[in-house]
Amino acid sequence: MLLKITNLHASIKGKEILKGINLEVNKGEVHAIMGPNGTGKSTLASVIAGRDVFDVTEGEIMYNAKNLMSLSVEERAREGIFLGFQYPVEIPGVSITNFMRTAVNEIRKHRGLDPMSAGEFLKMMEAKKKLVEITSNLTNRSVNEGFSGGEKKRNEIFQMAMLEPTLAILDETDSGLDIDALRVVANGVNKLRTPENGFVVITHYQRLLDYIVPDFVHVLFEGRIVKSGGKELALELEEKGYDWIKQQL
Amino acid sequence: MDPASVNPITRERLLDLYHQNHEKLILDDTPAIRAKREKAINSFNKLGFPDKKMEDWRNTDLSGSLGLNYDYPLKASEEDDLQKVFRCNIPHLDTAVIGQLNGWFVSKDVPLMELGNGIIIGSLSEAMKKYPQLVEPHLGNYADVDSNNFAALNAAFATDGTFIYIPDGVKSEKAVQLVNVIQYPENIFIQSRNLIVLGKKAQLTVVHCDDSYDHQPSFSNIVTEIAVGEGAFLDHYKLQNLNNSSTLVSSTWFHLEREAKLESHYLSLNGALLRNNTYVRFNGPFGSANIYGLYLMDKKQHIDNYVAVDHASPDCVSNELFKGILDEHATGVFNGHILVRRDAWRTNAFQNNRNLLLTDTARINSKPFLEIYNDDVKCSHGSTTGQLDENAMFYLRQRGIGEDNARMLLMFAFADEVVSKIAIGPLRYRIEDMVKKRLQGELQICEQCVLHCSTPEHPVEFRIDLSKI
Repeated sequence: MLLKITNLHASIKGKEILKGINLEVNKGEVHAIMGPNGTGKSTLASVIAGRDVFDVTEGEIMYNAKNLMSLSVEERAREGIFLGFQYPVEIPGVSITNFMRTAVNEIRKHRGLDPMSAGEFLKMMEAKKKLVEITSNLTNRSVNEGFSGGEKKRNEIFQMAMLEPTLAILDETDSGLDIDALRVVANGVNKLRTPENGFVVITHYQRLLDYIVPDFVHVLFEGRIVKSGGKELALELEEKGYDWIKQQL
Repeated sequence: MDPASVNPITRERLLDLYHQNHEKLILDDTPAIRAKREKAINSFNKLGFPDKKMEDWRNTDLSGSLGLNYDYPLKASEEDDLQKVFRCNIPHLDTAVIGQLNGWFVSKDVPLMELGNGIIIGSLSEAMKKYPQLVEPHLGNYADVDSNNFAALNAAFATDGTFIYIPDGVKSEKAVQLVNVIQYPENIFIQSRNLIVLGKKAQLTVVHCDDSYDHQPSFSNIVTEIAVGEGAFLDHYKLQNLNNSSTLVSSTWFHLEREAKLESHYLSLNGALLRNNTYVRFNGPFGSANIYGLYLMDKKQHIDNYVAVDHASPDCVSNELFKGILDEHATGVFNGHILVRRDAWRTNAFQNNRNLLLTDTARINSKPFLEIYNDDVKCSHGSTTGQLDENAMFYLRQRGIGEDNARMLLMFAFADEVVSKIAIGPLRYRIEDMVKKRLQGELQICEQCVLHCSTPEHPVEFRIDLSKI
């Protein structure tokens, strides 16, 4: 098992957001998490990644048989957890090349590998750029600075391709994308799917799931997963709306 | 130290010193310069040293620096192994190096170099004797001895420093490095004065470094007057890397004639107390000045940048960007005064001061002061002070970058906005390197002050590679 979340409670500034989440993700699976705004989807993603503004008050997260609670943000990342941000951060003055090279080499160091040479690294960047159809010289620009919404999301998938995570959590990667950008992003994800890695795709709309077909769909509502099913659950939600879930509770 | 033996610097003490050594001080003066010296000591007598009651010194306390014993050498000290102090240059940067030891021009054999194209570089006192017609119209004409305490004190005492003259239409192929090194067996109080004159359409790059050679306390009062002639271009760098016991008050007056262009870069890397006074006056229309500053302070260091831009003519553009990172108990001040006079139509004046405070105990006082007497102007100022961006830190760490390296990347990116303004590649790489070392806590004073290293450089190993590839 890749990820096992048991009875996870988390709060921010004393306010409980997650109220007992249970979730299991195996290698090779794609899980979609859906739900209305403000129910804790992004909080769940942040807590798995280790953001310390959230307090985990109860429960645990096991990842590859390791308890994540004892690992820092960067240690989790080096162990193969990737978070695709809903709002990628602009970092003026840090080029994407420099950023990715530092990240790749820190992860390699963690795995006992030598740093990549500049030549190897550039070759790898070119290959991964193709994967997400980045043709411009995006990579010499500062991280996300002045990027359009679509460029930022594409850049997230590019980074994911560079870092080759074992567990990727994509937090509303589809928000703000037009249909072409959505297709590119989804294609990127599909190409990166292997039997060895798992995805948790957080989305508000069913639209993305036409392109990234999930194995499981979960509905998060008021800090709990209230319904789980196959990919058809997403279609049902789209048709009936979240009120349908509320009525069932 | 035995408290009874402490003999702090006071106005009275310096006045006595002046009168006792009057003959010696005026020895090389022309009558005009001598008159200016008399005026200056009278002014200092009125002004004394600044205290915290003065608006421009409210947040900079000199009492600690003034409260030490200092020697006041009134002539150059002998140093026989200067080669060791001033030797190597910035790789790939063609420079002429001028050495100053404890504020005195180091003459070696030739006190005044006269190059084929009319450029003159050398000792100011020698230039006063040999070329009074070049010196007198400028020396003491820009530095304001009536209200600036340190300018008055300097004009009264200083007898030497560096003189650079670039004739009309001449472009100095070599950058001039003015390296002032402090090395003295006792605490030392230094007063030196420099004059740089660029003729019409002349061009010059000057790199002015203040470095310590050891850990002995010092107090430097340096005044530099720079006349930039019509259509001339000056690229100016001030690089400060003093020990943690040294105080530097460095005042520079830039006098810009019509269509003159100034790029000035203040890079303050170390020192106990650094005060940079920068005065820019647009004396004719269509001038432009970009003034950049970067300060990286920690421990109990204090930095104070005072920048006054006088738009005395129409159609000029000034732009200030000062950025600082303050760590531990460091404190900082930024005072930016923009004066737009009544006739300065179509003025563009911008000012920006940004600070990163890395601890709760670091402090910055940032004060813009815009004084505008013309209504056809574009002026803006901005000041921000904050911590490292938490969202950016999380973003970097989520990609596997360790906390220390993430901080380093963000700090370097913050600083790089100023460093990247350095137009000369080799100089920019060198300063980038010094900034990286400073941020890693690995920058040394003394022989590693890099710009005049006597030993071949050692490549510095970084835990992360900040270079562009």
